[in-house]
Amino acid sequence: MTNAAKNLTTGGRELIAFRVGDQEFCVDIMSVREIRGWTPATAMPHAPPYMLGVINLRGAVLPIVDFSARLGMKPSEPTVRHVIIVAQVKSQVVGLLVDAVSDILTVADSDIQPTPDIASDFERTFARGVLAIEGRMICLVELDSVFPSEEREAA
Amino acid sequence: MDMNEIKEIFFQECEEQLAELESGLLKLNDGDRDPETVNAVFRAVHSIKGGAGAFGLDDLVSFAHVFETTLDCVRSNRLEPNQDVLKVMLRSADVLADLTNAARDGGSVDEGRSRQLIKELEALANGELPQAAAEPAPKKAAAAPAPAPAPAATEEGFQPVAFSFDEFETSEEPTIEPSTYEIAFRPKSDLYAKGNDATLLLRDLSRLGEMSIHCNTDDLPPLDRMNPEAAYFAWKVSLKTDKGEDAIRSVFEFAEWDCELEVTLAGGDAGDAREELPMQPVPFDLSMLDEEPAAQAGADEEEDQAVARQREVRDAAVSAAETASNVVRMAQAATQAPGDGGRSASTSAAAQASASQQAASAATPTIRVDLDRVDRLINLVGELVINQAMLSQSVIENDTNGTSSINMGLEELQQLTREIQDSVMAIRAQPVKPVFQRMSRIVREIADMTGKSVRLVTEGENTEVDKTVIDKLAEPLTHMIRNAVDHGLETPEKRVAAGKNPEGTVRLTAKHRSGRIVIELADDGAGINREKVRQKAIDNDLIAADANLSDEEIDNLIFHAGFSTADKISDISGRGVGMDVVKRSIQALGGRINISSKPGHGSVFTMSLPLTLAVLDGMVVTVANQTLVVPLTAIVETLQPEASAIHSFGASQRLISIRNSFCPLVDVGRILNFRASQANPVDGVALLVESEGGGQRALMVDAIQGQRQVVIKSLEANYTHVPGIAAATILGDGRVALILDVDAIVAASRGQSLKPEMSLAAAG
Repeated sequence: MTNAAKNLTTGGRELIAFRVGDQEFCVDIMSVREIRGWTPATAMPHAPPYMLGVINLRGAVLPIVDFSARLGMKPSEPTVRHVIIVAQVKSQVVGLLVDAVSDILTVADSDIQPTPDIASDFERTFARGVLAIEGRMICLVELDSVFPSEEREAA
Repeated sequence: MDMNEIKEIFFQECEEQLAELESGLLKLNDGDRDPETVNAVFRAVHSIKGGAGAFGLDDLVSFAHVFETTLDCVRSNRLEPNQDVLKVMLRSADVLADLTNAARDGGSVDEGRSRQLIKELEALANGELPQAAAEPAPKKAAAAPAPAPAPAATEEGFQPVAFSFDEFETSEEPTIEPSTYEIAFRPKSDLYAKGNDATLLLRDLSRLGEMSIHCNTDDLPPLDRMNPEAAYFAWKVSLKTDKGEDAIRSVFEFAEWDCELEVTLAGGDAGDAREELPMQPVPFDLSMLDEEPAAQAGADEEEDQAVARQREVRDAAVSAAETASNVVRMAQAATQAPGDGGRSASTSAAAQASASQQAASAATPTIRVDLDRVDRLINLVGELVINQAMLSQSVIENDTNGTSSINMGLEELQQLTREIQDSVMAIRAQPVKPVFQRMSRIVREIADMTGKSVRLVTEGENTEVDKTVIDKLAEPLTHMIRNAVDHGLETPEKRVAAGKNPEGTVRLTAKHRSGRIVIELADDGAGINREKVRQKAIDNDLIAADANLSDEEIDNLIFHAGFSTADKISDISGRGVGMDVVKRSIQALGGRINISSKPGHGSVFTMSLPLTLAVLDGMVVTVANQTLVVPLTAIVETLQPEASAIHSFGASQRLISIRNSFCPLVDVGRILNFRASQANPVDGVALLVESEGGGQRALMVDAIQGQRQVVIKSLEANYTHVPGIAAATILGDGRVALILDVDAIVAASRGQSLKPEMSLAAAG
C-alpha cells in the first residue's frame, strides 16, 4: 500500500501482466475495463484470421482479437480457461483473448527499458518497451497498434 | 444554471414560437380571420423579441420589432392580411428563423434579404397607417436601430439641458401632463396559469403615480361552486400619472391577452368603459387586514381550504382581495421609501412569482428531457428485453415440465418488459409536424424562384414516428418537394392552357399503416413524361435503345443515379443527384419508396418507413452454423427449392425457376465467406428478396429459425463497418447475431466485390 502510494507520487504506473503461450506481456491498467471469461464469439465475415468475432458485453457488441494470432504466433484454441481483457482503445472498447492474467505490477517509468534493437519492425510496433521483473521479461504492449484503426477499416 | 443553458432554452422556445408563427400565418393565409390567430402570431414574434432583447441579440430584436409593428397593424385591423401582405410576412418568418439560427450557431444571414424585408414590412405598416411612427413601442424597442430622436434635439444642434438622473431614466418616455386615467382590469384565469399575477401588475401601476384601487367581487360564486383555479375578481383603478396611456399599457404588456383591459382618460368616455365592465366597484379598505401578503394563487388556495366551512367564504374572498391590495400598498410604500419595505415587497413578490410559476408548470403537461437520457433508457430497456429472453430460455432448458411458478412469473415478466419497451419507444415518438412545417418554407422559396404558384396541403401532421426517423426524413423530403415543384408542376401559363387551376397543389400526407408510417407526396402537375425519361435513360446508357419497359419500370428510372430530366440544370434541382439519393436515404432508414404517375394529373410518391430504428422485424436464419437475421421488409417470400427447379448457369452461377421465371440463386454462406464451396440448394431454404435495383434474388440459407423482433446494435461503435452486414443484434441465448445487409449481398452477387464503399450506410 505504502509502495503504491510512493509510486503514485513518483509517477509510477500500474500494469496488468498476462500470459500468451510461454511469453508474458502487460498493458497499462488504466486502459483495462474488466477481465472476463471466454464465451463463444460470433464469427465476422471477411475478418482477418486473428479476429475471432464479436461477443455480447452487456448489450454492447465487443470484437475479440486473438492476441497470439495477432502477433503472428500460433492461434489459440479458446477454452473456458482463457480470459478476455476488455480494454478501451481510443473511443472503442475491444476484447483481447489471452491465456491467463498473471500479475498486477507497479513500476516506475524508469523501469521500462526500450525495446531491444534486434526485434523486427513487426514486433517493435506492438512493444512500447520491456520490463525485467524477478528474472522474467515482460513486454509492455502498445494497445493502439494491436487494434490499429486503419487496418481494421481495411479488413 | 448558467447563461448558456438559459440561452439554449431560449432558442428551444424560439423554435416553438417560430413554428407557432408559421402555422398561424398559414392559417391566416387560408382565410382564417380569428383574432386569436392574429394574436398568437403577434405573441410569437413578441416573445422572440423579448427573449432576444434579454440576450442582446440586436439583429434579431430589430427585425422582430419591425415585424411586430406590422403585425400590430394587422391585429388592430389597420392592415388587411391579404395574400400579398401574408407573403411578405411568411418570408419575414423565414428570415426571423434564419436570424435565430444565426444567433444560435453563429452563422451569417443574407443581410440584403432581411433589409429588404424590413423595408417591405415598414412600407406595409406605413402605407396604410400614416402615423405608424407614433406606434406605442414597447420599451425593449429602444434597442432598435433607429433611435428615437430625443425630444430636446433641435435644428440648432446641441443645446445644454439640465437634468437629474432620476429623470434620465424616463427621458425616453413622452412627457405628458399628469392626468387621471380610469383603468378597468379583469384578469382571466389564464393570467394566473401563465405565472402572471394581478398583484404584480397593480404594483407596477402604482409606480406610475398616485392611484386608488377598487376591487369588484360581484362575480365571486358561492363556495360550493367556486373553481379554485378560476379568476373572479376585477379591479377598477384610478391612476393619476404623467406617463401617459402607453406607459399604463406597457405594464400590461405581457398580460393583455389574458385579461380584459380598458384604459380611459377620466372625464373622457369613461362611461363607455363602465358599461363594458358590468360590475359595481366596491371600494375596499386597504388597512382592513394586515395578514402575510400572499400571492393571488395563494389566495385561491385559501379559498380552496375554506371549502370546508361555508361561513368563511366571504371572509376568505375578502382576504384574497385584500392580500392582493396589501401588496400594492406595500409596493407603494416601497417606492416612497426604498428600504425595508422595498425588500419585503420584493421578497413577497418573489414568493408570489414562484407560487404562480408552480401553478403554471403544473398546467403544462410536457417536460423537456435530454435526448441522451432517453436513449440511455432505451438501451437499458433493450438489455432488459435480452436478459429476460435469456432468463426464459435457461429456465425452459432446466425446467422441462413448465408448470412451476417460475414459469408463470417469467411470462408476466415477459409481458411487462414488452410493455416497458413499447412505452419507452413511445417517448421518442414525435409528430412529423416540424418536418412538414419546414417543407412549407421550401415550397415557398422554390415557388418564388421558379415563378410558379404553389399551395402546400399537409395532412396527418400529428402522426408520430421515432425522432431519428424524423431527423433523417427531412433531407429526402426536401429533395422530393423540390422536384415536385420544379419538375412536377407546370408553369401557371401551361396550367391554364391545360385547363387547370394556375395555382399548383402539392399534398403531403402522413399516416400509420400496419406498424409503419406511410408518407405520401402528391402533386397535380403534368406527371412523368415517360417518353422524355426513356430517351434520357437511353442517352445516359442506363437502358438499351430497344429495351421494352413497362410504365412502372420507366417511372422507376428516375431513381437511377445520374439521372435528371431537367433540360436546363437549375439551382434548385437537376444536378442528377436528386432521386437516387432520396431512394438511398429512404432505404437506409429501412423504408421503401414507390412512384405512381398519371400523365396530365400528376405524380404520387409513397414512402413507407419503420416507426423506429431501434428495433427491426427480422427472420432468424442459420447459415453455416452461424445465426443471421434478415430484415423482414426485404423478404418477398420464402420457398423450399426442389432439385428440378435448380438450373446451373455457366461455371458457378445457378438459377432457380419460380413460376416460370428464373432468378439467380445466391449462397449467403459463400458470399460472407463462411464456407469454402457452395452448399447444395436442396438442403436449404430460399428467401426471395427484392433489392435496390428492383431485381429479385433468391438468398440461400440453411434453415429458418423463426421470426423475431430484434434490437439493433451498432457494429461500428466498437468494430468497423462490415460489408454485407448492416448491424448486429443480441439473441435470446445472449449471443450476438449479425443482421444481413440484403442490398449489399445482392450487389455482391452481381459480381461486384463486397467492399466497404459499395455497401449501403448501415442502419443507424
